[in-house]
Amino acid sequence: MAPKEEIKKFIVDELLFGNTALLTGDDQSFLQTGVLDSSGLLELITFIENTFGIAVEDDELVPENLDSLDNVEGFIIRKRGRLNSYDPACSFHSAHP
Amino acid sequence: MGTTAQFSKHVLDIDCEREAERIAVRMRGMLSEKFKRRGFVVAISGGVDSSVTLALSVRAVGKERVFALQMPELHSCGETLGISERLADHFGVVREHTDITPILEAAGFYEKYDAAVRSVIPGYDGGWKSKIVLPNILEGRNLALFSIVAQSPCGEIIKKRLPFKAYLEILAATNFKQRIRKMLEYYHADRLHYATTGTPNRLEYDQGFFVKLGDGAGDIKPIAHLYKSQVYKLAEHLGVPVEICGRPPTTDTYSLAQGQDEFFFSLSHEKMDLCLYALNSHIPADLAGPVIGLSAEQVQRVYQDIGQKRSTTRYLHLKPQLVEPVPEIAF
Repeated sequence: MAPKEEIKKFIVDELLFGNTALLTGDDQSFLQTGVLDSSGLLELITFIENTFGIAVEDDELVPENLDSLDNVEGFIIRKRGRLNSYDPACSFHSAHP
Repeated sequence: MGTTAQFSKHVLDIDCEREAERIAVRMRGMLSEKFKRRGFVVAISGGVDSSVTLALSVRAVGKERVFALQMPELHSCGETLGISERLADHFGVVREHTDITPILEAAGFYEKYDAAVRSVIPGYDGGWKSKIVLPNILEGRNLALFSIVAQSPCGEIIKKRLPFKAYLEILAATNFKQRIRKMLEYYHADRLHYATTGTPNRLEYDQGFFVKLGDGAGDIKPIAHLYKSQVYKLAEHLGVPVEICGRPPTTDTYSLAQGQDEFFFSLSHEKMDLCLYALNSHIPADLAGPVIGLSAEQVQRVYQDIGQKRSTTRYLHLKPQLVEPVPEIAF
């Protein structure tokens, strides 16, 4: 499953109890539209770290990385790219294949 | 509601005598009309909000019908008890001191709190001090997520972002303090046939800076409509001792000293008051900024932060929800 779909599934299944109506677009701000609050964001970060095997650093906690499906996917791809270029042997295994 | 043209640093100036009398009349009216109770219980911490609430209660019903409770615990600032004692004596009200440390110990608070912090900072124990903090929203675009700051017995400071589980554990454990205090307030309210008071100011009330069914409970919240700056002015007018009026606002909740500004607002209360007023009055950030002493971008960040906190703390304001209304029990 692509990262965006996996994230979407997590948000809908785990945080919204299946209410897909709240997620209206891939570029929709989670925070400004009330899809997630700060606690939900913390849960999302934990999910990203556990599922994609990356550590979200303090200076990466910005809306551009985390505040929409597009932004989260872009962040994961960039982060994977950076880690892969640093360590070609590095691989990512989803905890939820 | 103000307008852009009227927005200045003086928008929060109030006629203190008139406001104090208006609140006192309302408090008295609620006792007789709604609560059918005979006085007020006020938990006093030595901070300005609870001190003003005490003073207003005395003004509303007289010192003989106000009962002041002091409830410090192990992590409370050492000054707290003495300040609140002098406050109660200054206004001539009956006071009672209950150290809630043994109750917190029995509930396992200190163990639970230490274990939660230890999950993030191995080695943490009761000899350390700690607090939780938010990033300064004016210094960057970082999302407002909590970190724990811990100080070892030898003075070493460690700061770690809180993962979700540890954040919840720390919050849940810490909330014991406010809930135990409120439980004791209601004990005294019941035995005296008094009503309880909640002491949030407008910033705290708006931003959910309280514990649900803890300090967020209370039969009346007499200063919830007043900005913090207005509470300070009212404190001076009502004769609250200078040692309280001059104290910076603190939470007095964590073992490491924590200013309210760094805990919840990341901004001084004077500026935060003006930002909240400007947002409520629909004043654009670029016009509000020069008055407040912030850039337009900074004001915009504060506006967003206020909105985010309103969203995150909405649950705290919610009354118990019913599946369908029970019209016979609608007050």
